[in-house]
Amino acid sequence: MWAYLIRRLWQMVPTLIGVVMLVFFLFKYFGADPAVILGGLNATQEQVAAITAQLGLDKPWYVQLGIYLKQIITFDWGRSWATNESLANLFGTRLPATLTVMVPILILDTLVALPIAMWVAYRRGSLSDRTIMVITTVALSISFLVYIIIGQYVFAFQLGWFPVQGWSDSTLTNLLTYVPLPALLAVIVGVSPQTRLYRSFFLDELGHDYVRTARAKGMTEDTVLFKHVLRNAMIPLLTNIGYSLPGIFVGSFLIEIFFSIPGLGREVYLAVNRGDYPVIQAATVYLAMLTMLINLATDLLYKLVDPRVVLK
Amino acid sequence: MTAVLPMAPAKVAHSEGVWRTAWRRFRNDRVGMVSLLIVAAFLVLIALSATGLVARHWQAEVGVPNAPPTVLGPRPPEDLGAIEVPKGPNVDLSDIDPLAPRYKEWAERAAQMKTQETQRVDTLPFGGDRLGRDVLSKAIKGSEISIFVGVLAAALATLIGTLFGAAAGFIGKRIDDFLEWLYNVFNAVPDILLIFAFAAVFGRGIGTVVLILGLTGWAGVYRQVRAEFIKHRNREYVRAAEAIGASASSRMFRHILPNVSHVILVRLSLLVVGFIKAEVILSYLGLGVPVDQVSWGTMLSEAQAELILGYWWQLAAATLFMAVFVTAFSLMADAWRDALDPKLRGAD
Repeated sequence: MWAYLIRRLWQMVPTLIGVVMLVFFLFKYFGADPAVILGGLNATQEQVAAITAQLGLDKPWYVQLGIYLKQIITFDWGRSWATNESLANLFGTRLPATLTVMVPILILDTLVALPIAMWVAYRRGSLSDRTIMVITTVALSISFLVYIIIGQYVFAFQLGWFPVQGWSDSTLTNLLTYVPLPALLAVIVGVSPQTRLYRSFFLDELGHDYVRTARAKGMTEDTVLFKHVLRNAMIPLLTNIGYSLPGIFVGSFLIEIFFSIPGLGREVYLAVNRGDYPVIQAATVYLAMLTMLINLATDLLYKLVDPRVVLK
Repeated sequence: MTAVLPMAPAKVAHSEGVWRTAWRRFRNDRVGMVSLLIVAAFLVLIALSATGLVARHWQAEVGVPNAPPTVLGPRPPEDLGAIEVPKGPNVDLSDIDPLAPRYKEWAERAAQMKTQETQRVDTLPFGGDRLGRDVLSKAIKGSEISIFVGVLAAALATLIGTLFGAAAGFIGKRIDDFLEWLYNVFNAVPDILLIFAFAAVFGRGIGTVVLILGLTGWAGVYRQVRAEFIKHRNREYVRAAEAIGASASSRMFRHILPNVSHVILVRLSLLVVGFIKAEVILSYLGLGVPVDQVSWGTMLSEAQAELILGYWWQLAAATLFMAVFVTAFSLMADAWRDALDPKLRGAD
C-alpha cells in the first residue's frame, strides 16, 4: 500500500514537469509578447523594452524556465496582469463560489440518474427502456447553451421563480437563492449522459452468473437488485464519480458566465479574453496537479470498496 | 452424373470481408439507415451551400429587421407613441443656419449617388434576424461551417491519435515511453482548460478552432489505437508479413491498420459529435468562428439577445438544425459501432 502510494506519487513528477513545459513553451513561442500586452496600446518602444527587462524576457529561455519553476514550487505566482490581484487571493476567493454551485450539481446528478438507470437496465428492451434511451439521445444532441438560454428566459425572466443572475457574500443565501436555477439546468443536461453510462454498468452486472444463482436460490427480485447488483455496480460507479471530481474545480464555466457567478471557470474565461497569461498558466498547472492527486485518491478508494482489487 | 474435375483449383470460398459483413449488419438496422439518410441529406445541403448554389446571399438583408416567420404573418405596425408628428412646412431657418448655403450642393452630390431601393419583405419562411437576414439561409450556411469544423477537427485529432498510437503500440520501447508520457501530460489537464490555454495563444478564427480541438482531442484515439496495435503486433499474419520481408512501416500501415480501422472509424464519428458541440460553445464565447461568418454557435449567441425581445425564431432554427444533425449522426455512429464491432453492442 505505502510502496504503491510512494511509487504513484513519484510517477507524477515527470507528468507534472511535462505539464509545466507544455504551458511554458505554449505561451512562450505561440502567445503574443507579454511586454506588448502589458504595455497597452500607447506604449512607447522604451516602455516595452523596460517591461521586457523587468519580466526577464530578454534572458535565454532556460533562465526564464528556471524563474517559472521557482514560481511554481514556491507557490508565488505574482499578480494578475489585468487586475493586479494576487493570484493566491484570486484562487482563494473564486474557488468557494465554484464549489457552492458544483457540489450540489454533482450530488443531484448522481441521485437522479442512479434510480433511472437501474430501472431501465432492469427492464432492458422494454418500451420504457427504449423511450428513455431515445429521450437521452435527443437531449444530448441539444447544446448546453440552448438549455441555459431557454431556462434562464422561462424560469427567471418570464415566470420570475428565480433571480436571473447574481451572487451574494453569504453561502446560505447563495445556496437557497442563486444556486437552484443553475443547478436545475445543469442537472437536466447532466442526467442524460449519466443515465446512459450507469445503465451500461448495471447491464454489465445483470449479465453475470451470480445474478442467475441468486435468483435460482429463490431470492426476491428486490434482494437481487439492491443487495447484489447495486453493490457490485457501485464499483465502476464510484470510480466514475471519482474521475469526474476534478471537473468540479473548473466548474461549469458556461453556468458561471451566464449566471454571473464569480467562480474559477469564469475567471479563466475572462483571463483568456484579456490575455492575462499568469491566471491561465497558474490555473492549468495547479488543476493538473489536483487532477492527478484526486485520481490517485480514487484509485485508493477503489481498493477500499472492492477488496478483490490488488494495487500494483 | 458426370464427375468433372475442375480444371482450375476450385475458387477458395472467400470469407466475407469485415466491411461487407458490417454493411450487411448495418443495412438491417433501420434506425441506422434512417440516420444515414438524414446525415447524407445534410451533406448534400452542405455541398450545395459550399458551392454557392444555396444560401449564397445569407448576408443580404432581405427582410424587415426581426421579420417574423411566414406562418405568424407580418408584425402589426408599431405604435409610435403619444407625441404627434408635426405637420406643415418646416420653419425657415436659412438666415441663421450656418450650413444653409451648402445644402443645395449636397443635394446635388447626393443625387449623383445611386442608391438601390430594396423592397424589404415583411415575413420570411423561418423569420429574419436583427438585420433582416434570412434565418433559413443563415442556418444552412451555419450548418456548413459547424459541420465542416467538427469533421475537420475530428479528422485531425484522429490522424494525430492514429499515428502516435501506431508508433507507440508497434515500435514500443523509448517511443512508447515518450508518447505515454505525452498522453499523461495531456490527460492531466482538464479538457476545457487545455482548450482555453490553446485559445489564449492561438487567437480566433475557423482554422484556429480546428487546430485547438484537434490538438487537444487526440488522447482517446491514441489510447485505443495503441492497445489495438499491441494486440496485433505479434499476430501470425504480421509475423508472416515480416518473414517475407515487409518493412516496419508496411506492416504498420498496410497490414495492421486496415484490421483496426473499424475502431478508428467509430472513434472518429464519436469525436465529430463532441467537436460540433464544442465548436458551438467556443463560437458562442467568441473564441471560435469570427463575426463575419456564421455558425450554429454565433446564431445562438445572437439569439440570446433576441429572445428577451420575443424573437424566438433564430434560436429555434439553430437548435432544430443542430439537434436533427447531431441526433442522426450519433445514432448513425452507434449503428456503425454495433455493425463493426458486434461485441460492443448495447454497451454505451
